[in-house]
Amino acid sequence: MNLFNLFKRRSSAPVARDRLQILLAHERTNRGPSDLLYILREEILATVGRHVEIDPDRVTVQMDRGDKVSILEVDIEIPNITRATSGGSRKRRVASAAHRTA
Amino acid sequence: MAKVVVVTSGKGGVGKTTSTAALGAALAQIGQHVVIIDFDVGLRNLDLVMGAERRVVYDFINVTQGVAKLTQALIRDKRLDKLALLPASQTRDKDALTEDGVLGVITALRKMFDWVICDSPAGIERGATLAMRFADEAIIVTNPEVSSVRDSDRIIGILDAKTIRAERGERVKKHLLITRYDQARAARGEMLTIDDVLEILSTPLLGIVPESQEVLRASNLGSPVTLNNPDSGPARAYYDAARRLMGEDIEMTVPTDKQGFLGKLFGRRAA
Repeated sequence: MNLFNLFKRRSSAPVARDRLQILLAHERTNRGPSDLLYILREEILATVGRHVEIDPDRVTVQMDRGDKVSILEVDIEIPNITRATSGGSRKRRVASAAHRTA
Repeated sequence: MAKVVVVTSGKGGVGKTTSTAALGAALAQIGQHVVIIDFDVGLRNLDLVMGAERRVVYDFINVTQGVAKLTQALIRDKRLDKLALLPASQTRDKDALTEDGVLGVITALRKMFDWVICDSPAGIERGATLAMRFADEAIIVTNPEVSSVRDSDRIIGILDAKTIRAERGERVKKHLLITRYDQARAARGEMLTIDDVLEILSTPLLGIVPESQEVLRASNLGSPVTLNNPDSGPARAYYDAARRLMGEDIEMTVPTDKQGFLGKLFGRRAA
């Protein structure tokens, strides 16, 4: 196998081409304020923030941009009001949004 | 009336200044009146590549601020009487260049020349957006490499949105100039091919400039590669590109450096 690899170096240019095509497809659609995932993120945070006080340090926003589907994951920690005396807080996944692009 | 052309790329180091100098000289060599303008405020280099660094008295910003007349600031090329250079200022004040100032200078230059070629700084900041602001046409310089292609795509988007022409609902005519191309590496699958880059950026091709030692040799000597070694691969690529800018229909090739038998035997002579 190693010997085989020695003689057959994989071409890197097709990888470069594919990576660019996927990336640019996203960058072109997501240019400016029309970025759907950006708008979703802001609105989700605003909506939750109207009802609960959000600690900005306890919010994780993750974006996974795929070829056909993108996933927006917003994790917001909200204080557990019912058991506030115990002082614990529970991490809740508040929203996951999938954005189909193709 | 002159055509205003911006040479841009987003990414730095891909060959904007080299291409501005080479194309400007090539156009002047075929009889056009050309002025090349350095928009890289604070980091001027077009003067150095043109070999005019010791002749700079006034600069672009001196003209926009009324310190000097435009004709005083223009440096006539010693080799080509139809080629002139307007050097950038070395000031560290990035806001010294204003849109009104640039418009005034470009309007005056349009009346004096056939071609006004604006050498954009890298990036998408003020200098870069002002360099493209009044352009009729744009040359996007791209290396066959992922970061350069991505930045070119970004710049194409900005050309379609932030130029005067775009705001009027007109189009800036765009040309892609691929530089540092190595046909052998592309054939081996080690480098994006011309077709890959064209498919991704979908912009008409102006020329393919091969990777060549002649480019560094020319800049070492302060001479555009089209003047320094007209038979070299890059020079021939730039001549073809200049003729295509003029509207001529020229078959697309990747010119390579010819090396004679003796050259192969004894290696290249030192510049």
